[in-house]
This record gives sequence, structure tokens and C-alpha cells, in this order.
Amino acid sequence: MSMGKPLPHDAAPLHVSGAARYVDDIPLPANALHLAFGLSTIAHGEITAMDLSAVRAAPGVIGVWSADDLRARFGAVPDCSPSAHDEPLLADGVVKYLGHPAFLVAATSHLAARKAARLGRIDYRELPALLTVDDALAADSRFEDGPVIWQKGDASTAIAAAPHQVQGSFEVGGQEHFYLEGQVAACLPQDGGELVIHSSTQHPTEIQHKVAHAAHLPMSAVRVEVRRMGGGFGGKESQGNHLAIACALVSLETGRPAKMRYDRDDDMMITGKRHDLRILYRAGFDAEGRIAGVEFTHLMRCGWAQDLSLPVADRAMLHSDNCYFLPAIRIESHRLRTHTQSATAYRGFGGPQGMVGIERVIDHVAHAVGRDPVAVRQVNFYAPMGEGPAEAGGASPPRSTNWPPEDIFRQKKAGEIQTTPYHMPVEDFVGDAMVADLLASSDYHARRAAISDWNRNSPILKRGIALSPVKFGISFTLTHLNQAGALVHVYQDGSIQLNHGGTEMGQGLFQKVAQVVAGVFGVDAAVIRITATDTGKVPNTSATAASSGSDLNGMAARAAALTIRDRMADCLALQHQTTANTVRFEDGHVHVGAEVLGFAEAAARVYAARVSLSSTGFYATPKIIWDRKRGTGRPFLYFAYGAAVTEVVIDRLTGENRILRTDILHDTGSSLNPALDIGQVEGAYVQGAGWLTMEELVWDAKGALRTHAPSTYKIPACSDRPPVFNVRLWNRPNREDTVGRSKAVGEPPFMLGISTFLALSDAVAACGDGSVYPALDAPATPERVLAAVKRVARDV
Amino acid sequence: MAITINGTEVPLPEDPRMSLAEFLRDGLHLTGTKIGCNQGGCGACTVLIDGQRVLSCLTLAVQAEGREVTTIEGLSSGDDLHPLQEAFIAHDGFQCGYCTPGQICAATAMLRELAEGMPSSVTGDLSRPAPLTAEEIRERMSGNLCRCGAHNGIIAAILQVAQEGAA
Ligand code: FES
Ligand code: FES
Repeated sequence: MSMGKPLPHDAAPLHVSGAARYVDDIPLPANALHLAFGLSTIAHGEITAMDLSAVRAAPGVIGVWSADDLRARFGAVPDCSPSAHDEPLLADGVVKYLGHPAFLVAATSHLAARKAARLGRIDYRELPALLTVDDALAADSRFEDGPVIWQKGDASTAIAAAPHQVQGSFEVGGQEHFYLEGQVAACLPQDGGELVIHSSTQHPTEIQHKVAHAAHLPMSAVRVEVRRMGGGFGGKESQGNHLAIACALVSLETGRPAKMRYDRDDDMMITGKRHDLRILYRAGFDAEGRIAGVEFTHLMRCGWAQDLSLPVADRAMLHSDNCYFLPAIRIESHRLRTHTQSATAYRGFGGPQGMVGIERVIDHVAHAVGRDPVAVRQVNFYAPMGEGPAEAGGASPPRSTNWPPEDIFRQKKAGEIQTTPYHMPVEDFVGDAMVADLLASSDYHARRAAISDWNRNSPILKRGIALSPVKFGISFTLTHLNQAGALVHVYQDGSIQLNHGGTEMGQGLFQKVAQVVAGVFGVDAAVIRITATDTGKVPNTSATAASSGSDLNGMAARAAALTIRDRMADCLALQHQTTANTVRFEDGHVHVGAEVLGFAEAAARVYAARVSLSSTGFYATPKIIWDRKRGTGRPFLYFAYGAAVTEVVIDRLTGENRILRTDILHDTGSSLNPALDIGQVEGAYVQGAGWLTMEELVWDAKGALRTHAPSTYKIPACSDRPPVFNVRLWNRPNREDTVGRSKAVGEPPFMLGISTFLALSDAVAACGDGSVYPALDAPATPERVLAAVKRVARDV
Repeated sequence: MAITINGTEVPLPEDPRMSLAEFLRDGLHLTGTKIGCNQGGCGACTVLIDGQRVLSCLTLAVQAEGREVTTIEGLSSGDDLHPLQEAFIAHDGFQCGYCTPGQICAATAMLRELAEGMPSSVTGDLSRPAPLTAEEIRERMSGNLCRCGAHNGIIAAILQVAQEGAA
């Protein structure tokens, strides 16, 4: 049985020897063209004139296109957006952010194309640029007609009636994906006008769909292949469309292969990032810190195009409760349109932004009642999961929505079902048990006491410690995306080929799915040949996103493998005059009656008996139902949980800071592969901590992103890794019937990084007399930490 | 006018402005060397010149004239992996793998620097050779970014090889 084994990544030997091929490594025919975009140099303005003659005359240039040229040639400027049809490939008359692609160059080399792209002359009539959330609010510039508001109970009455109140607001920065492999695509024109696209994308079907639309081809004439990405993190869910479409159009125009890759600076200037936002909050609570009501306002900066902003902002709202039962809540979400890069998917997809809001509220409440924030977290936790399996099938109806509840401040009971702000029952809450375990293993209480002693004797350096839990909802909130397909072939020599709709970006998805299939056939995972994701093999796939990769594709591949195994069992049973359910597939062998066949021998016999050894498989997530407008239903099949304790130290004179120790306990259900899962947890934590501490995006007053390279945009390096870093998995079966009872792992641990931010705030608080709650914005760079220290120290 | 690359002599590129990274990738199709930023900020393009680590995106191919360049492809011979390559597999020292060739090349040279007693900014006592600690390795590998955050595996792999080498 290979499921659950800590096998290394399937391509490990290729990775360490440099033989793993990424899109830019694929050899292209010698006549291939290389593309580059010419970018706008202002944030908002009408294009009054465009002089591209110098670009055309530059060495190596084969073709140059503006939006007008594309319209003349293709009837329209092709759209690159994932849904809203608001992203023409090239700025069409108006540029909407600084870095907006305005023309396209094809040349004989990458360098020639880039050099030529610098020679374009564009005249603009400048228009006012809305760069900040304040600009956008003042101009009422937004997506959708007004803010989205979801509520449960009457939050404002509950807050007013509660014994204590706090309110506040803070800023949360965006985040550049900084996938180490930048955006890249290549197009190879085929016979009969067909196109083959290689793309570094999390969403091959979308690339296929958008390219087909742009090229006026049926989807069946476009095949997209993705072997692997050098990191994605959500940045390759929609942002690769432009490159693939540009390559396809140039191939159609010239009949030649075309490749486009963004250099790092261009990548950062052109593509979307995590949404930054301002969070405003108000909460009412009792003397123990038990929350009666809370109100949030999210001011999200979405950039110039809609992209995935609506579901991202929804998911932020959906995670505004995190692990806490909030009897009354009101969330108001503004999706603001600005003249900046169009913010997009990023690991957690808004969830982290929502979650950091409630975590700050809890900290603020703890400060107000003078309790350890962990104790306040615990009194607000959802009721723990009861015993027993999940009910089979059907959406659970929303339960009690009565207001006011009989006793807001009553004690919760184990097994009692409480509902989220969107009325979904929380049936699988294990946060309390995990936190209790982690508090013990990390020695939290003793360390907290030791830190406060240490701080009393340390005038300059101050330490801080914090725990933060995670509850993250698993499923796409757009319900129809929760489906997947797979294709499995068993060949007559017993070798097995596996294909599914998921893409590999380092998360080890291919290996996990291979382990599932190997388990079905009772063979070693190494027997399974994993092939590149290919829209010609498995059609109509969803993006590999929302952490759903192994949940969806693992189930689909399992279904395909089971179909073949059943056919093999039927066939062999008939030959041996026995029944199919007595045929066993184990240890590379098939046991039929008294005979033991090698798997290859069994496959050969089934082939000779003229039985199909190939099957597709399909899976659609059960139980989920979601009314996005009203904000009610069961958007998630289950929740994944985790908790982290982080200890930091700051220098109160400079604001410099570092992580000293991190302890993590994370819930992966019954892990499909503990080695890969631990890697995901560690990497996600580091990325989450980076988001809230050092990764700072800075735009200047003209809307130019000034942090567009690793020289100015700092991601965590090896030296930033916590010197003590203990990661454990909470290895208990998922209550829901997922593949091997595992849980998704891609995004949830990202939010463990919130503990770092809270620990910094704790250290800042130690610089004052405790009377002022530290107003700390994220990312908590040394400058911001220093500013926060000054604010709390004023009152000493 | 030649460079030795992974033991084979090759003529220099015609264009003297060509970077070593471009020359390796586009000229010689040695695509194991990756370009993450093309401006010296990420370490993905790290190769060895005469055993020392260099960023091939910031090095002109002509600067390597008459010298020995070793890329990730040259570290193993056939199926025989370099001990660091083995250790990266054993310790899951990567996720997406894009930084991995650079990490392994950098680690090869870094272990030599350490063995030669070269100090780093975290070395406490400069009068003695730098100690072989996780802290030293973390510091010395911080020029090679890994966005996937595989740092734990990377450090564990390097530490294991270093300790075996020292033993
Ligand atoms: S590509 Fe050379 S350092 Fe980034
Ligand atoms: S493994 Fe992906 S960047 Fe290091």
C-alpha cells in the first residue's frame, strides 16, 4: 500500500540533476519568434498617438501590433480575463495602470524583442489616477454596485449591549507571488490550423478556452500541455492568459512558433498580486473576552480589472470567523477599482485577509480584558467535534439562526453544532484539541512567563510570543468548479499511465495521485508513469487551486483505476471460475483463486481476453451548496485546521526583528504523504510570515510599483527561517469521505504565519506600560514596528 | 578562445555581451541552469567557475575564458549523483525544483568555503575557522532564494553532507 508513505517528489531525481523541464527549457524550432510587451508609463490616460516605427525598424523585429492592429486583423481585441470580459490583451484606447501592456513585439530573439519594446513612443492625455482605497472610495470607484454585506443576528445591538467594546482599523499589505519561474508560454502551430500551447499555468483549460476564443477556433483545435511550474501560488491561475494568447496570435499571423516569457521586472510590473486592504472592526464582549457581536468592513484594493476579485473578497468574508463562534456578525466588503495592477489569486485566496482581521480583534479584546490572548481564543472557539461519522449525502440544512440566542454567553458543549456567519454548521471542529496539544508541546505558558521576565530586564530587545489557530474551508466557492477528471491506462506489459486535470507546481500532487492509483492496483508507486497535464487527455478541468488538487484529482483517478480493476477482476474471476470479489490486488500481484499472477501477467491475460484496460474517472464534490448573494449555505465540504506558536524578538531602537522559534501542529487528515505535507506546511508558514513581516509592495505617487525585483522586494531567505522550527501533523482521518480520508494542505498552513504578526505586536506591547493596544499595520517591517513602538512607549 | 564546460571545451559565443547564463541555456541547451531574475538577486543561475560559485546571469561568457565551468548537469555522472544531489532527494530539499540546481551548485562551493575556514557574518570568533553549524549554513545559503520555502530540507541536506565529509 503506497498511500500514506513519505515518498519523495516523483520528479526528485530530475530536479536535483537539472533535467526537469520547464516551459522555457523546451527546445523550439529554429524559426521560433520571441515576444515582448511595450508597457504604459502612466497609470491612467487616453492614448492620443502611438508611434511604433522605431520598434518596427529595430534589429530582429518581425512584427508589431497595437490594439487597433489586432482589431483590424481579428475583428476584436482578444479578451484575457477569467470571467468579466474586461481585460483586452492590449490597452484599448485607455491605459489603466502603469505597466499596462500597450503593444506587442515579435522578434527573432528574446533580447531583441525586449530592446525593441523600449522604443515605442506613446502620447497620452493623462486622466486622474485612483491609486489608494481612499481615492477609490471618494470616487465611488468599485466593482459591483455597492458593498457586499452579509450578516447573522444583529451585530450592532449585540455590541452595544455587551459589557465591553473595542474598535480599530489596520492596513494589510498585498504580496507578490515571486514564483521563481516567471510567467511563460509557447505556441506551436500544427496541421490544419490547430495549436499546441505549452504554458506555465495552474489552469490549462482556461488557457485553452481563452486562446480558442481569441483565435476564433473551437476548443477542440487547441491543446494545452503543462508538465510542471516553477511555483504558482495562485499567480498562475489567470495571469498566464495574456502570454498564451499573444503567442497564439503571433503564430497565426506568422505561421511560426512563438514564445513569451516575462523578465522578472516586467512580471512584477504587469501581473496582479495579493489584494491589500484596510480592515475596520468593532466588537462587543464580556469580562472574559467572550465575543457577543462583531462588525468588519473590508476595503479591498482590486486594481484595474475584475479578474478574480469577487470570489477573493467573498473568501475573505468567509474566513472572518476563523475558529470562533460569533453569535452576531456583520461584514461589509468593498471591492474597489483602482489604477494599479489587477489584484488576483494568491494562496488562501482572500482567506488570510479575512482571518487576520478576526485574529487582531481577539488580540485587541484580550488586551482590553487583560487576559492571555490564548485564553480569549479558547473561550471563543467553536464547540468541539462530537463523535461519529459524517452523515452521508445531501446538504445539511442551515440550523438555528434565531436571534437573540437564549444566552449569548453560555458555555458550549462538545458535540453541539454551531454555525458560521454564513450559517454553515461546523461539524468537524478540532481546533481546541489541537491548540491544547500545541500549547503543551511548545511549552507556551512557561515560555510566556519567562519572556515577560526576560523583557523586564532587557531595555532594548523585547520578545513576544503568540499562538494563532487556523480553520480554512475546503472547496471552490463557485460550486461548479468542484469537479475533476482523470484518465488511466494499463498497458499489456503491466505498466500504468496516469493523467488527470491537476497541475504540478511543486506541491507533489502528481506523486500523491500516483500513490492513490498504485494503492488501487496494489503496485508500487514507481510503476505509475505520471504524464503532463494535457487538455487533450482530460477535458474541462478546473484550476489547480483552492487547495483542491489532490481531493478532486485523487478521487477522479481513483474512480478510473477502480473501473479498470473491477474489469480485470471480473475477467480473471471468470477464467478461474471464481467470483470477482475474491480477486485481490496486492504487492504487485493479483491473487485469483489459488493462483498468484504478476500484475503484468494479469494485464496481458485481460488484454488477450479483449477487455478494455483504459478508463476515465470523474468526481464531483458532494454536499456543497452556496448562495453567494445572500451569503448562506454550505460552501465547503470540510475545514482544515492548524495552529502555530511563534516567538520573536524586536529591537526597539531600530524596529529590526526576527523569528526565534516556531511550533506548528497542522491537520492534514490521514496524510497521503507526510513528507510532502510537512514540506507544504513549512513552506506555507514561511510565505505567510513573509506576507505579514518583510514583503512590502511600494507604489509611488504616480502609481509606479517601486518594488519590482528581488533587490527591492524581500522574500524570506534561508537565514530568515526560524532557528527552531518544529512541525507536526495532526494525523487523524477526515470526517468526510475524501481520498484516503486526507485533507487538503496547499493553502491552510499559509495562515499559520499570522502568529508571527501577533507575536511582533506582543513584543511591541512590551515596550510600553501595557495601557495602549499596539496599532501595528502589516507588513510589520522594521519601520512599522518602530512606529508602533513609538506609539506605545509614549504613554510610559 | 574557449571555455571548458563540464569537462568539454567549447568555443566562446560570438557576441561578447552574452551572459554566461544565456550562453549555457540558449547556446549550449544546458537548461539545468535557471534564470529567476537575471539581475543577481535570486541565485537560481548559480554555477561553478573553477570550483567557486558565481551568478551566471551577472557573468559574461567571455569572462570564463580558459576556465572550468561546472553546471548542475556536470555534478553527476550518468546515474551517479553527487552526494548533495542524493541528500536533497533524501531530505526533500525542494518543492517546485526551480531553485534547486542553483542551491546545489551554491552548496557545493559553500562547503568548500567553510572547509577553507572562510568566515561569514554570523561567525563569532574570527580567529578560528568557522564552525559547521546550521546557523552558518543558513547564512551562507541566503543568497539562493527558495519561494517554496523548502529551507528546512535544504539545510538538513547540506548539513548531512557536510558532517559526512567532516567525519
Ligand atoms: S537569475 Fe541570476 S541571480 Fe537571479
Ligand atoms: S523549490 Fe520552488 S523555489 Fe525552491
